[in-house]
Amino acid sequence: MTLLESRARTGGMARINPVAKLGASGLIALPLIFTLDMVSAAVALALECVLFVFAGVGWREFWVRTWPVWLAAPLTGVTIALYGQSGGTVYAEWLLVRISEGSLLLAGATMLRVLAIALPSVVLFITVDPTDLADGLAQTWRLPARFVLGALAGLRMVGLFIDDWHALQLARRARGVADRGRVRRFLGMAFALLVLSIRRGAKLSTAMEARGLGSPVRRTWARPARFGTAEWMLLLIGAAISAAAIAAAVWAGTWNFILGPS
Amino acid sequence: MTVDTRPATVEARGWGWRHSSRIAWALRDVSLRIEAGERVLLLGASGAGKSTLLHGLAGVLGGAEEGEAEGRLLIDGTPATAARGRVGLVLQDPDSQVILARVGDDVAFGCENLGVPQEEIWQRVDDALDAVGLDVPLDRATKALSGGQKQRLALAGSLAMRPGLLLLDEPTANLDPEGVVEVRDSVERMLQRQRSTLIVVEHRLDVWLPLIDRVVVIGEGGVIADGSPDRVLEVEGERLAEAGVWVPGHPPQHPAAPASAPGESLVSARGLAVARARGTMVADGIDVDVRAGSVLAITGPNGVGKSTLGLTLAGLLPPAAGQVTASEGLGGGAGAHPIRWSSRQLLTRIGTVFQEPEHQLLAKTVREELEIGPRSLGLPDAEITARADELLQRLRLDRLARANPYTLSGGEKRRLTVAAALATRPQVLVLDEPTFGQDARTWQELVAMLAALRDEEGAALVAVTHDLDVVAALHAERFTMGSGS
Repeated sequence: MTLLESRARTGGMARINPVAKLGASGLIALPLIFTLDMVSAAVALALECVLFVFAGVGWREFWVRTWPVWLAAPLTGVTIALYGQSGGTVYAEWLLVRISEGSLLLAGATMLRVLAIALPSVVLFITVDPTDLADGLAQTWRLPARFVLGALAGLRMVGLFIDDWHALQLARRARGVADRGRVRRFLGMAFALLVLSIRRGAKLSTAMEARGLGSPVRRTWARPARFGTAEWMLLLIGAAISAAAIAAAVWAGTWNFILGPS
Repeated sequence: MTVDTRPATVEARGWGWRHSSRIAWALRDVSLRIEAGERVLLLGASGAGKSTLLHGLAGVLGGAEEGEAEGRLLIDGTPATAARGRVGLVLQDPDSQVILARVGDDVAFGCENLGVPQEEIWQRVDDALDAVGLDVPLDRATKALSGGQKQRLALAGSLAMRPGLLLLDEPTANLDPEGVVEVRDSVERMLQRQRSTLIVVEHRLDVWLPLIDRVVVIGEGGVIADGSPDRVLEVEGERLAEAGVWVPGHPPQHPAAPASAPGESLVSARGLAVARARGTMVADGIDVDVRAGSVLAITGPNGVGKSTLGLTLAGLLPPAAGQVTASEGLGGGAGAHPIRWSSRQLLTRIGTVFQEPEHQLLAKTVREELEIGPRSLGLPDAEITARADELLQRLRLDRLARANPYTLSGGEKRRLTVAAALATRPQVLVLDEPTFGQDARTWQELVAMLAALRDEEGAALVAVTHDLDVVAALHAERFTMGSGS
């Protein structure tokens, strides 16, 4: 469960308010979503690589967590190279496939873009503990505590659902219905899992209410979420990467705002 | 907010509650007064509304859309629904009441909701963990705790709120014997520090009686008996035992010992290693035989791989190493390796009853549930009906034939899942914690039924259990797994 598991760690990044990490990822992604060119993505990616060194994530862990991104990016690239909008010299053509100068450029730009948007998000979020994120969302962003805490407690139950699913599978074999009807069985198991999860959810919410959640008193926080210098610095770095990418693209003349006139 | 930490008084005046989905009242006409600092054991047959009363006192029954209330329920003279924070509630299922990922944060949760200032919260967290004797670091992952530790964590979470009234709803029903003692001792230790009023609901009286100074029995018509433990048990002991309460001096009946010696080995494991998922081995070096006409009990502490071994012997999980071999007589045309049998071939050979009935329920009615196995075998309709009829009768489920299995009580669900496994007449039956959390009456019925299966059908039974009474009652051969094996 590489997506859900998160360890509290001691590096400098770990202590930064997750809301700031969310903000920095957003700032980096924003200009890259609105333009489709090689230069902006390449510049952003290069600057991010410097950031990764300071993120306190080991190399081994970096590859383990980010391999899906490294897999997805070239796949997107290949697809666009084969089927993307063509332009300039055409190198090869076969049925719907047309590899051209334009589609290759577009492929390269897309591939770099996927990397430049996904990698910093993954790296920043490896160091996020879900509890800290909930604290940040509720205290810094002032999202309703009930909602945030409910989601946080629910997230913890995902592990139980995986055990449930495994048991449901074994039980179907034991009951003599696992030889045929794969689709129907899957639907039946999905329904059983839904029933189980609703029951667990109901028990959990009773337990939370019994501990005073939703009482009329103003809630205090055992772990205050700060938003100080380190947080503003991270946002600033995000904005700087963003600005550098835009500036480089405009300077190189490759900037093409997708919402603007073309 | 100033927090009142004196023990609370409890008063019910003609109180009752009806869930909005039910016609009958869960309980009614309850009138009762509990003085500050009293320690009360609340008893009653299953379905008497004990949990409903506790939930009502904790103010977590929900509003008008959840059900209808009558009468009054007061904590220190104010309605229970307005007394949140004065009341702590610990529930039965350890997994469903862990709220946060780290121990310290989980204990702090209640204090945060009550608006306790931040600096005071961590002091209270330390005190509460100390009071329940849970000596782990604050950042320990809650999912790494054992069942008994999780219940003590829940207790600490309630305690940190400094409640005047502490409610325990079967806090040890889901624990192994060590966990039961652990939690009981924690409660005792805690009560020495903080004189809260205490109300406990539990089936196992011997564990809790030493802590208790008053017993209240509820049932049809409100409070049936009320007084000192000795007096109430003397007068009501037999009736309570019949209703399924484990009353000291009224043990459930054990069936007769098997008349004949164990027969041939139907399933044998040699050099077996078991793993729940690929690559995560939990136990190895296992040599064991499952013999016809006998019971094999797999025992040992939580987490040593008892269930995993049971599921591997049942042909549901592949061995991580070594062999699980079926005898010629059992395997027949299907071969000697249970894991390679088809789901249908498994039906007449090895049946499995899972710990959680919900995992194996498939049908919309109790009758259909019993017919699924025989239908999968392709038996003629008349035979399918006959088998279902017979089982419905034998397991006292006939009244419920058209009920939805999910709506049955815990004991009924257990009987149904055993019956569903028996419908295809397997030669081997594997049961995972068959008596877990069951009341004395269901316990007695299950044990009698398993003994009959062993003696009359010559079936081989495998029971994964930490209930040593079951091991004794079934004259089981014991295979003990340790953390070292």
